[in-house]
Amino acid sequence: MHKHNSPFRVLIGKPGLDGHDRGAKFIARALRDDGFEVIYTGIRRTPEEIAAAAIQEDVSAIGLSSLSGAHLRLFPAVVEALRAAGVTDIAVLGGGVIPEEDIRQLKEAGIDEVFTPGTPLEVILEAFRSACRQQRKTHQP
Amino acid sequence: MEKNKDLTEWQDKVLAKSLARFPERRKQFTNHGGDEIPRLALPEEIDDQYVRLLGFPGSYPYTRGVQPTMYRGRLWTMRQYAGFSSAAESNKRYRYLLEQGTTGLSVAFDLPTQIGYDSDHPMSLGEVGKVGVAIDSLADMEMLFEQIPLETVSTSMTINSPAMVLLAMYVAVAEKQGVAPQKLQGTIQNDVLKEYVARGTYIFPPQPSLRLITNIFQWCGENTPSFNTISISGYHIREAGSTAVQEVAFTLANGITYVQTALDAGLELDVFARRLAFFFNASSDLLEEVAKFRAARRLWARIMKEKFGAQNPASCMLRFHTQTAGYTLTAQQIDNNIVRVTLQALAAVLGGTQSLHTNSRDEALSLPTEDSVRTALRTQQIIAHESGVTNTVDPLAGSYFIEQLTDRIEREAVELIDKIEQAGGVVAAIEDGFIQRQIENAAYAYQKEIESGERMIVGVNGFQITEESRPPTLRVDPEAETMQVAALSQLKKTRNHDRVKNSLEDLDRAARTDANLFAYVLAAVKEYATLGEICDVLRQVFGEYKQH
Repeated sequence: MHKHNSPFRVLIGKPGLDGHDRGAKFIARALRDDGFEVIYTGIRRTPEEIAAAAIQEDVSAIGLSSLSGAHLRLFPAVVEALRAAGVTDIAVLGGGVIPEEDIRQLKEAGIDEVFTPGTPLEVILEAFRSACRQQRKTHQP
Repeated sequence: MEKNKDLTEWQDKVLAKSLARFPERRKQFTNHGGDEIPRLALPEEIDDQYVRLLGFPGSYPYTRGVQPTMYRGRLWTMRQYAGFSSAAESNKRYRYLLEQGTTGLSVAFDLPTQIGYDSDHPMSLGEVGKVGVAIDSLADMEMLFEQIPLETVSTSMTINSPAMVLLAMYVAVAEKQGVAPQKLQGTIQNDVLKEYVARGTYIFPPQPSLRLITNIFQWCGENTPSFNTISISGYHIREAGSTAVQEVAFTLANGITYVQTALDAGLELDVFARRLAFFFNASSDLLEEVAKFRAARRLWARIMKEKFGAQNPASCMLRFHTQTAGYTLTAQQIDNNIVRVTLQALAAVLGGTQSLHTNSRDEALSLPTEDSVRTALRTQQIIAHESGVTNTVDPLAGSYFIEQLTDRIEREAVELIDKIEQAGGVVAAIEDGFIQRQIENAAYAYQKEIESGERMIVGVNGFQITEESRPPTLRVDPEAETMQVAALSQLKKTRNHDRVKNSLEDLDRAARTDANLFAYVLAAVKEYATLGEICDVLRQVFGEYKQH
């Protein structure tokens, strides 16, 4: 549960054409059970659509999922779309079938955290909580 | 003991005929001590209940298998799903697999191909050549099967919404090799209903999708009689998180929908039903999986006979491909996955599969390396040639536990199918979200059990170690996308524009009538119209499905 009055808002997005949404749906539901307000985009969204939805829904963090190997193109594209809209305070987290050696590249491109298969749920929830707390700190007067 | 008349009838009619046509692999099957292993172990007394529930292999209700001698006659087809990057790269992998003793090909297409986008479409960004091979036109397909004799190799293609386009390309490539369509063997997945609930590569709404599927049934019935026109798939439903019972129920409910649609279009049941194939998941709960395969086989036979009135025995046979469960693979201690795959593959074989794909140990990390694929294939070969389970038919039959579980899975699947039919059928249940919710709830419960430690996954929430080094993974060349896009642009410059345009206009006109579209699609692919161009014509006419 969150210590603030209003719950944290996050968006779970599936960029690209990958239809494996078991993980994304699980994370969305687990976040809801933890007290987050969660918007799930559904599958087959463009990075631009995901960034626009995140801005419109005023979320604190975005979780991206891809299992098709397209993460190196698609995850950074979401960050770029946010920046192009002048938004720099929405955290971007990612997960999926992601080889270890890609993680640094993703982080350099502005992805805050990357989760690989087998990561305990609590680690992921805590990353979302911490990203949202951080955003709220910088966001609030 | 007096000889049972059902047994005698089976021996005289079914078994004798089969042995005459397909001799068994060996004259005698024996153990190391030289004792003979019986073809088919039976209860002391064959009563009516035995005959009704289990019967004899190759006979209704096929609980014990679809062939009278099963693997004593012929082993299952070892068919490894593969494909990545370009047609040329994938062609190399296929030829490697054939050299290593794989007995059928299974083509993985990349996501743009599966969703009917050319490689230069904005939605294709980053996805070209990633999870399979990129095919934009007949030119790519020609390269994909270069030096592979389509007359003898059977090919399975995992393609759904644009199945007609890829099958037409396959037929066209065969023609160029001098192979008539009548000789082609293989399977197209062509199962769009499960895409809406589990796999996500839908293009068109359900009704026009069902029309395309029925068009394929009809065209293939007349032209490619040895090709399986659909692979009705529970695999992805299970991967999305369903239980074993849900996998059987949703798959067979989809099967019922395809059969009913084809009947409504005037097709003849006993002509098209024998070319329906199935595709299931083999997960780690070995005994439940064996029971699942047996239950699915019996239930489909009953549905075809009792509900649809099939006369041809082949219409009642549930023939299936199996893939081991991708969702059970772990990124931790990846060699453990070889053991998981062994259990799962064994379940598929004990359950009587007709073909099998074994996953590779490194697939929770990336596409498999060549070494890992070889071990996965060797796993099948060890089961086939060393384990001894292939020497007798349906070895687990008669186990109290297995038979109870088989009965229970069948009963519960029937209840779930009835629920779907009461709710107005599969299409209504998809539009309402009923099926998706069932799968989602089962997936959530499963994952919660792992998180709480109630369900142990070795190496993940138990018996963990610190792993020093990461195994090598297969990387798809990032230049593959650029090269594919360049080749496509080159193709568009060299083909005959007027003929492409005319073929697409013909297709457009036909799509607005009730005509069978196969011949129009075949004509367009032969002019090197691209997959995206053909699908765009159909998008214009049929509209696109949107997930809600």
